[in-house]
Amino acid sequence: MASGIKDKVAILGMGCSRFGERWDSDAESLMVEAYLEALADAGVESSAIDAAWLSVAMDYVNVGPSAIPASVALRLDNIPVTKVENYCASGTEAFRGAVYAVASGAADIALAIGVEKLKDTGYGGLPVRSRGTMFDMTGVVGSAPGNFAQLASAYQARHGLSKGDLKRAMAHVSVKSHANGAKNPKAHLRKPIDIETVLNAPIIAEPLGLFDCCGVSDGAACAIVTTPEIARSFGKHDLVTVKALQLAVSNGWELQGAGWDGSYVHTTRIAADRAYREAGIADPRRQLSLLEVHDCFSITELVTMEDLRISSEGGAVRDVLDGFFDADGPIPCQIDGGLKCFGHPIGASGLRMIYENYLQLTGRAGVRQRQDQPVLALSHNLGGMPNQNVCAIAIVGLEKA
Amino acid sequence: MTGILSFGAYIPRMRLQRKAVVAAHEWFNPGLKAFAKGERSFANWDEDSITMAVEASRDALSGRDRSGLGALFMASTTMPFADRQNAVIVKEALNLDSDLSTLDITGSQRTGVSALIQALATASSGTAPVLCVASEKPRAKPASEAELVSGAAAAALLVGSGPVIARHVVSHSLAADFIDHFRAERRQFDYEWEARWVREEGYGKLAPRAIAAALSRAGLRPDEIDVFILPATIRGVTSSVAKQCGIRSEAVADDLAAVVGHAGTAQPLVLLAQALERAEPGQRILLVGFGSGCDVVLFERTDLQPSPGPSLGVRGWLARRKPETNYNRYLFLSGEVEFERGMRAEFDQKQPLTALWRNRRTVLGLVGGRCKETGTVQFPRSEIGVSPNSRSVGTQEDYFLAERTAKILTHTADHLTYTPDPPAYYGMIEFEEGGRMNAEFCDIDADDISVGREMRMMFRIKAQDELRGFTRYFWKAAPLGRQMGA
Repeated sequence: MASGIKDKVAILGMGCSRFGERWDSDAESLMVEAYLEALADAGVESSAIDAAWLSVAMDYVNVGPSAIPASVALRLDNIPVTKVENYCASGTEAFRGAVYAVASGAADIALAIGVEKLKDTGYGGLPVRSRGTMFDMTGVVGSAPGNFAQLASAYQARHGLSKGDLKRAMAHVSVKSHANGAKNPKAHLRKPIDIETVLNAPIIAEPLGLFDCCGVSDGAACAIVTTPEIARSFGKHDLVTVKALQLAVSNGWELQGAGWDGSYVHTTRIAADRAYREAGIADPRRQLSLLEVHDCFSITELVTMEDLRISSEGGAVRDVLDGFFDADGPIPCQIDGGLKCFGHPIGASGLRMIYENYLQLTGRAGVRQRQDQPVLALSHNLGGMPNQNVCAIAIVGLEKA
Repeated sequence: MTGILSFGAYIPRMRLQRKAVVAAHEWFNPGLKAFAKGERSFANWDEDSITMAVEASRDALSGRDRSGLGALFMASTTMPFADRQNAVIVKEALNLDSDLSTLDITGSQRTGVSALIQALATASSGTAPVLCVASEKPRAKPASEAELVSGAAAAALLVGSGPVIARHVVSHSLAADFIDHFRAERRQFDYEWEARWVREEGYGKLAPRAIAAALSRAGLRPDEIDVFILPATIRGVTSSVAKQCGIRSEAVADDLAAVVGHAGTAQPLVLLAQALERAEPGQRILLVGFGSGCDVVLFERTDLQPSPGPSLGVRGWLARRKPETNYNRYLFLSGEVEFERGMRAEFDQKQPLTALWRNRRTVLGLVGGRCKETGTVQFPRSEIGVSPNSRSVGTQEDYFLAERTAKILTHTADHLTYTPDPPAYYGMIEFEEGGRMNAEFCDIDADDISVGREMRMMFRIKAQDELRGFTRYFWKAAPLGRQMGA
């Protein structure tokens, strides 16, 4: 078995634009905003970067094809730049490219930048787009909330819950993230809400109401990575290193095979097990300090707590209601507001999560800083639909962890 | 002996309450109050003459081996395509053999009966049975009488020789350019002439002449007719023609005007299907189609029981109903009014025809795959099997899913995605014998959706490419009613 990525690559610097309805910015200027912060944090010149990865998920209204827009916007030094797209896992995918380039020795310093400009469509929600020739003939053109709402119907049936009980736990997820987002100056949604507001909101896709859904935002995030040795040569100490980087992609079993009941995400379980093995984590519920998961919808976050083996099967409702994942709980989840409130510019989201974990691990998260020193932080992306998707997991931590 | 081997029907679930229509229009035309009783069927946005023809055909072919058909005729004056054969789409949806003669028959509301006459002639000259299906999705201008008296429906008859349930006795056709109404190419609505003239000069003179000719060739007296079918939108026509011809008044068949309306070309065959459900052995059924002349066909019910019979028939489809009191909803779903649909409706539905041809059995026939080695069923079929236990390559054979029931695994009611009939209901379903898919739900109500709910597949419009005028078809899942048991 491969030795894995653990501690082979360190984060040299990161940056993240303000997320939200950035009517003032093109994708290009959002990239620059994140990039300049990362460069300053890393303390390197642009010429030090050997290779770059650009993540963008939607082509509908955005930067257009190829990696050229990043190279032009950031005035990169004619280095190799690769564009990646893997649904909502795109940001983590760009990070993976940069990290693997450094780990292989092909690059000393590599850049991952993710961006999404979603607010040029003229309407709320994600752009309506083709999912391929075969899909358009036989698939269901549902919305993202509609696709993820089905997790709720199946979870409810599987665990014999009443709709009200599940709705209440889902509402807690959103209330918690709004409370966290209010403390984050870069977040899209910064207004705390109460549980009644969530429960009384209009239905988007049964049983998901408006506040069960994350924001659709513009934004960019950026990481500069290198080897721990080079990082130290730049005078960096208390390094944050990559502990695990895993991707699990559906092969059609959930949608076409037999056995999946729709109440959980198959790929998350696979990616989580692989990531814990790679990072040497035996007991994630006790060892992880922070979680940034793909809370595109409240039900997704709830189910993910089980798929990540933090909560027992059927136990997430209890843990959520007990405040286990609140900012002052044992494992804060979305301490920055998450997709729900920080926002979800798809191509940037995976990098935004790593950015938050990096800030928390280095004690630079400001008023939302977790008081107990975090040691290991996990980020998780889920792209596609519960029945066919891409799951990415990144675990970063203190080098000595 | 040539005749009817089996029959089937289809009536859309949506039933517009006429009083709702009258309430909307009586300020404008108080005369419409005379039509305020009862309900009429109408096709949802995702139904057209093709989808209805498919359902009626499935009803007629229920439980039967579909191989060995000699021809498929489809009659309608509301064919979705002017050039792309409509009958052949029905053939693909039914997964019939490709060595088949298919034909669209159109031009007047008489053509349902004309097609049946041709089907009988074709069947009697050959050995293979012929499927004759008539289907109509009438359009009517708001505030017209037609809006109140029309209905949408389809019927299918499998004709041939052998164990027929109704023997073909005689047919007669009369051609005449009598114009009770017309609709020119590219026009949406019928233009109708005064009813009194149509009744007296049209039905009153042409029908008796054609009926007399047919009876004389059969050597029968008018009072020997047990069931008389002559669909007409004008009240009293059928009875007065019967009286004129000497046909007993009790022979006049219920015309379904109160519960379906007049489904144009399909109406005579729908009423024939209804008559076959009720007729006693030995009874004689006289079927008349009117329009640009007159067609007459005479059948005699044999003593054979329909075996296997239609899965639902007229009775079953009639009972599967959803009363609609919102006239605006009818207007929009029928395409008679433009709504602000939002930008999500702008999605380009262009169909790559190359891809449709390659995947026609998957898309139109709902044909999946079954691994010859493991028996694993999947949709769609693929080169490498989906089973985690066997990545077998090239082992799949066709597996037909359309007639199999399924159960809901996951579901939602989506208010965000665009559909003409919101919310969009969909979810994953699993077929009883294996295989699963993500499916849109149709003909369903919010309180009828739950994990485990039994469903049956229905052939529907998936999307319209409004820019190019192309209709994309696929299968959706509808609740399996008690009356819909296999």
